[in-house]
Amino acid sequence: MSPSTSHSAPVTHTILSLPDQSTAKMPKRHYLNNEDGLLSWLLTGDHKRIAILYLISITFFFFIGGAFAGLIRLELLTPQPDLVSADTYNKFFTMHGIIMVFLFLVPSVPATLGNFLIPIMLGAKDLAFPKINLLSWYLYVAGGTLTLAALVLGGVDTGWTFTTPLSTHYLNTHVLTAATAIFIAGFSSIFTGLNFIVTVHRMRCPGMTWFRMPLFVWSHYAASLLMVLGTPVLAIALVLVALERIAGIGVFDPAKGGDPLLFQHLFWFYSHPAVYIMILPGMGVISEVISTFSRKRVFGYTAVAFSSVAIALFGFFVWEHHMFIMGVSNYSALVFSLLTMLVAVPSAIKIFNWTFTLQKGSITFETPMLYAFGFMGLFTIGGLTGVFLGSLGMDIHLTETYFIVAHFHFVMVGGMLMAFLAGVHFWWPKMTGRMYPESLSKLAAVTTFIGFNLTFLPQFILGYLGMPRRYHAYPPEFQVLNVLSTAGATVLGIGYMLPLLYLGWSLKYGAIAGDNPWQATGLEWQMQSPPITSNFVETPIMDHEAYDYEWLANKTQKEVTTVG
Amino acid sequence: MDRFVSPVLWQFLTRWLHASALFPAEASGISPYVDALYFFLLLMTVVGTSLVALLLLTFCLRYRREKSPVATQVEGSTLLEATWTIIPLAIFLLVFVWGALLYFRIYDPPTNAMNIYIVGKQWMWKAEHPGGQHEINALHVPTGRPVQLTMISQDVFHSFSIPDFRVKREVIPGRYSTVWFEATEPGTYHLFCTQYCGTLHSMMIGEVTVLTPDDYKKWLDQSTSGMSLAQNGERLFASMGCNACHSGNAAARGPNLAGVYGSKLTLTDGSERLVDDAYLRDAILNPSQHVTAGYAPIMPTYQGQISEDGLIDLVEYIKTLQSNYRVQQTQMTSQSDQAAPTTPTAGTTEMVKP
Amino acid sequence: MDSVLTTAEHVEHEHASLPQHRHHFETEEQQREAGSFGMWLFLLTEIMFFGGMFFAYLLYRNWYYPAFAVASNQLSVPLGAFNTVMLITSGFCMAVGVWAAEMRKKGLLVLMLILTTFFGLVFIGVKGIEYHEKYENHHIPGADFSVAQFVNPAAYGIKEAPLSPDMAQHTEIYFFLYFAMTGMHAVHMIIGIVLLFWLIRRANRGDFSSGYVAPIENFGLYWHFVDIVWLFLFPLLYLINRHPLH
Repeated sequence: MSPSTSHSAPVTHTILSLPDQSTAKMPKRHYLNNEDGLLSWLLTGDHKRIAILYLISITFFFFIGGAFAGLIRLELLTPQPDLVSADTYNKFFTMHGIIMVFLFLVPSVPATLGNFLIPIMLGAKDLAFPKINLLSWYLYVAGGTLTLAALVLGGVDTGWTFTTPLSTHYLNTHVLTAATAIFIAGFSSIFTGLNFIVTVHRMRCPGMTWFRMPLFVWSHYAASLLMVLGTPVLAIALVLVALERIAGIGVFDPAKGGDPLLFQHLFWFYSHPAVYIMILPGMGVISEVISTFSRKRVFGYTAVAFSSVAIALFGFFVWEHHMFIMGVSNYSALVFSLLTMLVAVPSAIKIFNWTFTLQKGSITFETPMLYAFGFMGLFTIGGLTGVFLGSLGMDIHLTETYFIVAHFHFVMVGGMLMAFLAGVHFWWPKMTGRMYPESLSKLAAVTTFIGFNLTFLPQFILGYLGMPRRYHAYPPEFQVLNVLSTAGATVLGIGYMLPLLYLGWSLKYGAIAGDNPWQATGLEWQMQSPPITSNFVETPIMDHEAYDYEWLANKTQKEVTTVG
Repeated sequence: MDRFVSPVLWQFLTRWLHASALFPAEASGISPYVDALYFFLLLMTVVGTSLVALLLLTFCLRYRREKSPVATQVEGSTLLEATWTIIPLAIFLLVFVWGALLYFRIYDPPTNAMNIYIVGKQWMWKAEHPGGQHEINALHVPTGRPVQLTMISQDVFHSFSIPDFRVKREVIPGRYSTVWFEATEPGTYHLFCTQYCGTLHSMMIGEVTVLTPDDYKKWLDQSTSGMSLAQNGERLFASMGCNACHSGNAAARGPNLAGVYGSKLTLTDGSERLVDDAYLRDAILNPSQHVTAGYAPIMPTYQGQISEDGLIDLVEYIKTLQSNYRVQQTQMTSQSDQAAPTTPTAGTTEMVKP
Repeated sequence: MDSVLTTAEHVEHEHASLPQHRHHFETEEQQREAGSFGMWLFLLTEIMFFGGMFFAYLLYRNWYYPAFAVASNQLSVPLGAFNTVMLITSGFCMAVGVWAAEMRKKGLLVLMLILTTFFGLVFIGVKGIEYHEKYENHHIPGADFSVAQFVNPAAYGIKEAPLSPDMAQHTEIYFFLYFAMTGMHAVHMIIGIVLLFWLIRRANRGDFSSGYVAPIENFGLYWHFVDIVWLFLFPLLYLINRHPLH
């Protein structure tokens, strides 16, 4: 298969080999040792340090959320509700959802990798508003602490979706605490997005046009638009729930003239774009990883860039697909189903563009690339099962069952979490100056992939069989599939523990990375690992395209043959 | 389905998979159609994923570093972009149309459907047949007849799901929602609440029993409490004093309700409304917004004074009301010592009084 | 920092730069533009935030128009109009203050900031009076809410047509939205007033009269936004169905 290359650019071949890492040296001064002391970290304005702060806190919350997942799967080993009481189980899945969605997935890539890399990728010394960046982290920690408080005080059992009137009038748990926690964490997200947008608009270095930016930045820009425009609506939905609980009036209670569907509209108006906030940065990571390990420019750069913005735009107009069976007008359901089909297309475009980036490349299979492959397969399945759910008649049978659970875990865990791990491994050398152990990390990647499939593929079958979600107990004929799922979850858990262990190990004992262990393009790879605090000694001037491997080859003085 | 797919394959797919507990039974008229869309979507997923996987594998093998030490920089291909934009879009649009048609079929009941009322509350289902049969966490239906469920919740959102029939609908507080099906296979099938509704959400399950028409008739006879819903409604109509204004006399303060169900009413604000179940329920609870043209807005609200079960009884009664003879009769025996059922408090299990 | 960096920093400092220049910005113009852009973006998020409540208002006013009309008539138009004038005046003062900062007129700037704060405080004071009146009339949603005045207005000397009890119950939703929307607005005003105190202090020290005007400008944007939100709230909440001829 030979795709016709577009326009007039000559086809060039590049040959690159990885540098000899045994000669790499750790730089004397970098952002990690530039200043010492706890306060220099807690009061930092350095986007790189803030990224590390986020990385630590996000990892902490991930494992708490993961523990809840383990408890859920443990209970579901047997059809009877025999491990914990019903109320406790309801708290398990609520806390799992709240922590994973708001305290892990939403900030994961943007707040860690995005914070670290976006200024460097743009040739800037920091984000536009470093103090607000730090504030974002404190807001995140405050939101997380309040969530833990809600947990310790007895937990919350509304489900992460806070459905009214259940959450407003029928529960006595710590709904207000949890709602406040998410309200605060939401502002963390809003400020991060605001920072990114202003930085991309105003702080690109000379020569860095929009179409010379790495696709990682494009994805974050699109996600930031969603963060900034969508999160405030969640905030107001939570405020209204809180006010209703406090005052006891019926904005959402039909007995008092209110409309419970109003809450659904307000909640999903944010929560659907939220899933794109979660996935778009991950897609940015995949663009970088696939390009680097094929030694090729991303196929169809413009298409991938525009598809990110298209996803953000369309993502605002599909929220009612979470409410198809809730008594909305049939005609509105038609409109939203059609729009849902449209929003699926840009994601398909990206998958194919990434696939074709591999063609005529020179591919190696380091761990980030393995995670990227896992993403491609699992996100394809997850995304296509989204089409099942966007189809009205099909949704009637599948909604509110384990099919939905499987769908969103495929896109979020099989997709987003794999992308996060790909990114952490890819930029680990840059952030820490150390390499992670390659064989162990490959093992972890494969373990995760196998564990994931074993956990969630049976759930598609359970969903079609009709097993409802959020069920503490289930009919006995569903047990075999549930046992398979729990077995998979155990393997998956091991797969996630391994990186925690070996990445920590690598900080002291990992091989020294050097500037550019992957021989990647991108401004972040043309500086020392770890970078200096101000990123650049003098402002760079961008004089080449993104993913310009000829430029890199010229720079490293390897042989270049120009054809055409 | 035989038109598109070989019957042998279809039987294999559905029955064999069902026997292996991997697939639900096809127990309603619409199930095969839903399954057909599902298999198409599965095929789409398998083909799509395999295509991507195959491309990945092929490229990885052919262009791995050992085989391809030199990478060729390629900008892109507008033709390919167009291809993988248009083909997925076309498939997705096909799925959209197919799904939309199915949706309208499942949610638009036929006019000859028999109606059964479902009231959901934390954490049980009450089914009320027009003949007065009441069931808790169970539903008996005949084969071969379209059955419409008119559903409402007494407290929070629930969702009524019969997976083997491929039907499900949210059960909402404050307004009726409907779904219909036609059962095809006698047997017992799962009934689930699928919208998280609090502590005992997973216990809000039951059994749908499908009987042949003869068995169904037998069941109706042996389960009846003696009073149909409409009869109960007639009692309430008198005991709550509705007959005082809606007496059907020429000078009555309230409009005549005989035969009003299914008609088009003009209200005082000029709008036209179709009198269906939802209208009747709303008019009892929010009368000031449902004043028939030519009448004064004097009807008091019964919000808080009557349970959803009571409302269902009244709605059934008014549905069947053809003449005001008995209304006027009950007016003369003005005292009634039967109290209306009150709104049950959340959390208490309550047996519905026949 | 190592010597290479120090050299670079000296190079940067050759041209005159304000003490408030942040070093991650190349030029001051970049800093100013970024700050302004950031504030406009933040205001956009505020629009989305208030937007949710406006949407709820839209829905319920459409459903329960009679209740909304009668409940709205209980609000005092004179007080609301006075408050509107207060806010517009404070916005005007703020705008003059921004001009004063750009013209490096310290005295005028401080005066304008003080006046802006003053009018803002008057607004909050009047709001407090209005809220208190609601409290006395049992119009605060919750356990204490009473629809008596709407069901039987004649007994309270109110010149309105009586509402039927079920429609009267919906006035509680109107008042909920009233308190939620004006309350959220008041919270934003209070935050603005606190910021104003801080700005007055710094302006008095001369921080903003020597070329560095970004905080004044950006705060001005915020204050005008809060003003504009009120300009929507006032007609929507106070002026439902008010005809001079009725």
